[in-house]
Amino acid sequence: MTTASPLYAESRATPGVSQGDVGDFVALLKPRVMFLVVFTALVGMVVTPSAVHPVVAFASLLMIAVGAGASGCLNMWWDADIDAVMTRTRKRPIPAGKITPDEALAFGLTLSAGSVLALGLVSNWLAAGLLAFTIVFYAVIYSMWLKRSTAQNIVIGGLAGALPPVVAQAAVTGAVGIESLVLCAVIFIWTPPHFWALALVKSGDYERAGIPMLPNVAGPDATRRQILAYTLLLAPLGLAPVALGFGGLAYGVVALVGGAGMLALALQVFRVRTGEPALRIAQQLFGFSILYLFAIFATLLAEHAFGLFRPVLG
Amino acid sequence: MPYPKPPVLTPEEQKRRRNRSLALGLALAAIVVLFYVVTIAKLGPGVLQRPM
Repeated sequence: MTTASPLYAESRATPGVSQGDVGDFVALLKPRVMFLVVFTALVGMVVTPSAVHPVVAFASLLMIAVGAGASGCLNMWWDADIDAVMTRTRKRPIPAGKITPDEALAFGLTLSAGSVLALGLVSNWLAAGLLAFTIVFYAVIYSMWLKRSTAQNIVIGGLAGALPPVVAQAAVTGAVGIESLVLCAVIFIWTPPHFWALALVKSGDYERAGIPMLPNVAGPDATRRQILAYTLLLAPLGLAPVALGFGGLAYGVVALVGGAGMLALALQVFRVRTGEPALRIAQQLFGFSILYLFAIFATLLAEHAFGLFRPVLG
Repeated sequence: MPYPKPPVLTPEEQKRRRNRSLALGLALAAIVVLFYVVTIAKLGPGVLQRPM
């Protein structure tokens, strides 16, 4: 992984001089994923009352975001070879020849260590330990091991994306509670139908890159069954915050309607299996799954941060 | 032993290096400010009222 990409070698770059602009280094941090992490972590912070100073909460959130960016950077360093052959990822800074793998590795490791240490100093070492675990889980367990070896890669690897609310709750309360664990479970169960819907559309890309995604290994039909099974779990699980008392009336309505929408689309994906319509439905499920997760977390945020909470039970 | 000649950068490379240096400087300054503010927040205003 230490050789420069062919594009980098062919360019008229001065040897030993970085060619990356600031924007390229920012792109290494996967800003869109960082936004999702900040968002879910913020919800993990607000669902339980805590006496922590807002400045400390903000600094903790910032460190969680930097840690997430660092793990994304390490993922791009490790996966530069497969990113180069996939249409979705070949413009990333390393395969595009803007940043060398060594630069990305150094950047990712520095930010990983810095974010964990800073979170430990700013909040507590439980949160820092959980952040370190999340980074290692994503960069090592998922990227280096699972992604290229099993069709269950994104199921197990999804834990890394599901942990930010847990880290955030630990940062502001010093403990891990049922609320953040439920949010973690929701993201964890949401991940397979979300990514497999994309994998159905982009199976050619994954095939070329040699990644054992479920549609390439078990076939599209088995993938559709799995998508439906996970969505059947997700829809009721999305209502768990209501049952546990930290999701209010608005949340209950959004989770119910959103869950029904997810189920309807998953059923369509299961039924429509050939041609352009099948791809279109899978693409719709992928898009709707993002909207679903955003909507339920945004509603929880609104209920707890802006005083809109109206209890459903009791 | 003579020092190796420093590489001659193209104008584009110089611009990118300047941008990177500026971003790094701003990030470091932001970290200093953040740690200062967090320290005050954690210790409270009493940190400024110690006996001489």
